Amino acid sequence: MRSLGPVLVVLAAICALWYLAAIWMNAAWVNDQAAREGREVFLVDLVTETLMQERPVLPAPHQVAKGLYDGVFGQAVTSKRSLVYHGWVTLSATLLGFAIGSAAGILLAVGIVYNRAMDLSVMPWAIASQTIPILAIAPMIIVVLNSLGITGIVPKAIISAYLSFFPVVVGMVKGLRSPDAMQLDQMRTWNASGMQTLGKLRLPASMPYLFASLKVGVAASLVGTIVGELPTGAVAGLGSRLLSGSYYGQTIQIWAALFAAALLAASLVALIGGLERVTLKRMGLAR
Amino acid sequence: MTALVILLGVWLGAWTLNSGLSEMRGSLPRRLVPVIFGLTILTLWQMAVRLYDISPVILPAPSDIGAQIANSLPTLWADFVQTFVKGALTGYLMGCSAAIAVAILIDRSPFLQRGLLPVGNFVAALPIVGIAPIMVMWFGFDWQSKAAVVVIMVFFPVLVNMVAGLKATEPMQRDLMSTYNASYWQTLAKLRLPAALPFLFNGLKIATTLALIGAIVAEFFGSPIVGMGFRITAEIGRLGLPMIWAEIAVAALAGSAFYGLVALIEKRATFWHPSQRN
Repeated sequence: MRSLGPVLVVLAAICALWYLAAIWMNAAWVNDQAAREGREVFLVDLVTETLMQERPVLPAPHQVAKGLYDGVFGQAVTSKRSLVYHGWVTLSATLLGFAIGSAAGILLAVGIVYNRAMDLSVMPWAIASQTIPILAIAPMIIVVLNSLGITGIVPKAIISAYLSFFPVVVGMVKGLRSPDAMQLDQMRTWNASGMQTLGKLRLPASMPYLFASLKVGVAASLVGTIVGELPTGAVAGLGSRLLSGSYYGQTIQIWAALFAAALLAASLVALIGGLERVTLKRMGLAR
Repeated sequence: MTALVILLGVWLGAWTLNSGLSEMRGSLPRRLVPVIFGLTILTLWQMAVRLYDISPVILPAPSDIGAQIANSLPTLWADFVQTFVKGALTGYLMGCSAAIAVAILIDRSPFLQRGLLPVGNFVAALPIVGIAPIMVMWFGFDWQSKAAVVVIMVFFPVLVNMVAGLKATEPMQRDLMSTYNASYWQTLAKLRLPAALPFLFNGLKIATTLALIGAIVAEFFGSPIVGMGFRITAEIGRLGLPMIWAEIAVAALAGSAFYGLVALIEKRATFWHPSQRN
């Protein structure tokens, strides 16, 4: 809590800078309008008019807040203009993909830790895959699956599963290997089987690593879903709000969708952070 | 049915070979096993496409992709220059230097650090690629808007790591510097910047992938008629899957090479760090 004050000051500074930038970037349009109407622009007019445009170059914070509020509370949740509707489309695909991706990642990590051939074969590729812009294949997956007749939530979920898969594999392998030789020897003196060592030592020991990689994975999943919504031509979802906003120059819509996506990402990461705290506390691992 | 038996046979054969190899000692099997695994996947891919007669608009065979790469080298090179050299690399250099500069600037103010770090950590987890349509509106369709997206994407991870790095010195070491009567800038240049390098390179390596992602995805929102992201979206419309895979292969190569280059520089620059010693 010691840092609450400084954070608030920084946020206030960002807001102030944002207002100044909005006035500066939107001024050209106001000046143009005024010159056309042959009237003079005073500073007061400039400020009020730059902050209340329909399609500003940079919407002011309060305009974005209003766009966000209208999108969330101002519409029926089933409406095509409701951010709740679009957010849910994105969230459901993200969650499905994240669940598939992290479950598969944990399974593969167990395999890698227990099978040397699998370790040597797969691990270098899993690490290398993190340096590759995997996101680039998202549009292709969507279109190919569409041509196979698979539409809706599944193609997007596949992309988001794919993006959360590798961080979870790499983090989980590290976690499953975190027990030291002494602890593994202890299990051996108790004549523990491989399954028992896994269930009673390796899995519990890997929890901090698992949660750290789940946080990375869920953020990646969300990005994957949003990018997966681009090539289908702006049907539904936060990604399509971004795209249609950029087609029609609706800057407030873009910023509102962007903040909705940011809120979604932040709450997903916070949710996993909360789960992490509770789990680690109950396991006595809390620091 | 026979096709499935053949595929399974190839898989089992390669797997038995890898199992045997991984029981052996020495560094050669360690290098060989992943290569064999990769080649097996490629072979199975090729055989599956040919045996099951999979249409190239769904999944082209690796040989088709190879032929496409060989046939369209000039296009691929032009796209690479536009997206990687102009968009990603420019943005990467600008974003990383800005982050390092800001980290050094706020280093003297604990207040700013306590305020900026949580914000930076928060922003680093957000889907920043979403800012791409805005940047395309502000900076136009050409590489400038892509570089702007990349700057924003790489800024926060590098900033957070650099600030952590500048804190990485021991009080004992700083005391030693002050017994030498070293000024703030001398301490910074001779002790704290070198000590921050391992942390900095961590951020720089994360940022390589982000830079490439940002540059490609930003092109999905509008681009001139050249660039890797543009080519991918354009070829999707024409169902030119081999060309898309060729672009992905180039992107993968560029991504790994970029990461490898930064890792190599790290090895040279932080040779003294325990993680680099064998």
